[in-house]
Amino acid sequence: MKEGSILTENVLTVENLSIDYESNRGPVHALDSVSIGIQPRSLTAIVGESGCGKTSLGLGVIGLLPMPPVKNITGKVWYKKVNLLDLDKEEIRRYRGTEIAMIFQEPITSLNPVYKVGQQIEEAIAIRDSRATHKNTDANDRRSEIIESLNRVRIPDAENVANRYPFELSGGMRQRIMIAMALAQKPSLLIADEPTTALDVTTQAQVLKLMRNLMNEVNTSILLITHDLAVASQVADKVAVMYGGQIVEEAEVNELFSAPSHPYTQGLLACIPTGSKAKARLKPIQGNVLDLKQTVNYCKFAPRCPHVMDKCWESKPDLRTVEGEHKAACYLNE
Amino acid sequence: MNKNDPLLEVQNLKTYFNLRGSILRKHSKYVKAVDTISVTVRSQETVAVVGESGCGKTTLARTILLLTHPTAGSIMLLGREGVKSKEFYRNVQMVFQDPDSSLDPTMKIRDIIAEPLKGLSNLTQKEIESRVLKSLEEVALNSDVLDRVPRQLSGGQKQRINIARAIVTEPKLVILDEPTSALDASVQAQILNLLLDLQTQHGLSYLIITHNIAVAEYLSDRIYVMYAGRIVEQGPTEVVIRKPRHPYTIALLASAPIPDPKRKNLLNVEIVGEPPSSINPPSGCRFHPRCPYSEEICSIKEPDLDPLSQDRFVACHFVNKTA
Repeated sequence: MKEGSILTENVLTVENLSIDYESNRGPVHALDSVSIGIQPRSLTAIVGESGCGKTSLGLGVIGLLPMPPVKNITGKVWYKKVNLLDLDKEEIRRYRGTEIAMIFQEPITSLNPVYKVGQQIEEAIAIRDSRATHKNTDANDRRSEIIESLNRVRIPDAENVANRYPFELSGGMRQRIMIAMALAQKPSLLIADEPTTALDVTTQAQVLKLMRNLMNEVNTSILLITHDLAVASQVADKVAVMYGGQIVEEAEVNELFSAPSHPYTQGLLACIPTGSKAKARLKPIQGNVLDLKQTVNYCKFAPRCPHVMDKCWESKPDLRTVEGEHKAACYLNE
Repeated sequence: MNKNDPLLEVQNLKTYFNLRGSILRKHSKYVKAVDTISVTVRSQETVAVVGESGCGKTTLARTILLLTHPTAGSIMLLGREGVKSKEFYRNVQMVFQDPDSSLDPTMKIRDIIAEPLKGLSNLTQKEIESRVLKSLEEVALNSDVLDRVPRQLSGGQKQRINIARAIVTEPKLVILDEPTSALDASVQAQILNLLLDLQTQHGLSYLIITHNIAVAEYLSDRIYVMYAGRIVEQGPTEVVIRKPRHPYTIALLASAPIPDPKRKNLLNVEIVGEPPSSINPPSGCRFHPRCPYSEEICSIKEPDLDPLSQDRFVACHFVNKTA
């Protein structure tokens, strides 16, 4: 990958990131040389099934993976011309939260149960200010900023909500609070790991719509990690599909859904029930998700692939250009 | 029994849970999880109950299975009143949502599948053995799993075991509570196909409880939409999905993401707020605080589930507005 142009253009550039875990049944290769660039004010979705490495990618980017069980992290994560993997524990803390924020699936486990939500947002604001100016701001200013950040995530009656504890709020409200906290630090990148999976569909729709609108309002990019292709199709600008710790296909959202190139992406799309059983029977992908403990030198999807060829068992295909920005890791496209 | 004869008839079912019930408290509060619901499942039919978390759909399933005591109403199976008996459970079985917690981690697969037969039938050990093998074959698993324990199986395999256990008594009705929501997309598709195959082979009826509209649309013939303990709309699945009439059904369908970036429904969603608590549901129509068509009467009078056409019912005062 050429340096210079890409590094200045992208908010974040991940190059050949590999992550290995230690387990008592041998090493697990969670990420296998993943490269991806995130552009300013865009929403990139990482889609994959459980165990494909999508969460490891999100956590690896902001240095939240504990060592052990993580054994090896190799590759580069470029953020504003700094390789985040070169930083030590103290240095990366200055980026985490302030520059790159993250929200998770279960907002209740991310919020402190014994503090009011207003206090928790205030903490985020105070940390941002102390990092930027090395001094604390006025408490009144902070108060109005708390209310402002609650209003930003469309929470009605913000004054009142700021004085409540997390358990007094609904799941959708809690996830809005998490988003408010993350955005209060004015990050350039928000990593959202399954942010709506624990929410009901009507609430999910509201939260996703909010995230999409806020991206432009506060000038941030979003990396959305999800298992749901339908969600990705609705909100993403760019989609990367992961399988077995690798990105197997990457494209602009319309391109990916209208002309999926990798057999795994095609299979995933065919698995989504649309319409009634009377019209079309589903065509599931055969077999089970890959065991990441094996080190393989062939295509990881080969055992489940309907188009498998001899070549697929001989070497591993790289992510190559299909057309323009559309890339896929499959020999069928040669 | 002929196709479309009524198999299960639930009339005006109520399941209330007493909240902090104490003899000192005169006016105890109730969670009205299921509040006057009638559901019919006909022979060889698939009926879906859809709704969001807390709407009472799982309580409805548990009450029909007599795992929770109904507060009022009647449950009729094959024309007879539902009572906890061997005969009842031979005919009605259930598949639960979480394939992990619904299998005993210490039991071998062979014993897990055989368990309903041991309690409900007078078969000999040999007959039980052959029924277990047949059941396992029907869910497309190899007999080498028989001596394993659940943790040695994948999520999809565990759900197949759950299904094998449910069909081993050769029931007429299987209640499926979120049968695929814990599974990955590729495995979900395998299980949905399996359920369809079993239905054709055995003439089963299904009652599916789900929050996933796509799954309900794919599997079911008729659909019931539940909100805060009540049915707000019911009818043939195709008709309800194509032309929903209750404002909640409209919002629910609009919120379900479509896997097509050219039809961006999600970013145009208008619905506000979240489902209410069942302890203190809103007065009148329970949806009125979130409803775009709400008028004064909606907060005063609860609408009845009125027929719109044959087999199609909607509980809304202003159903004309959604025509």
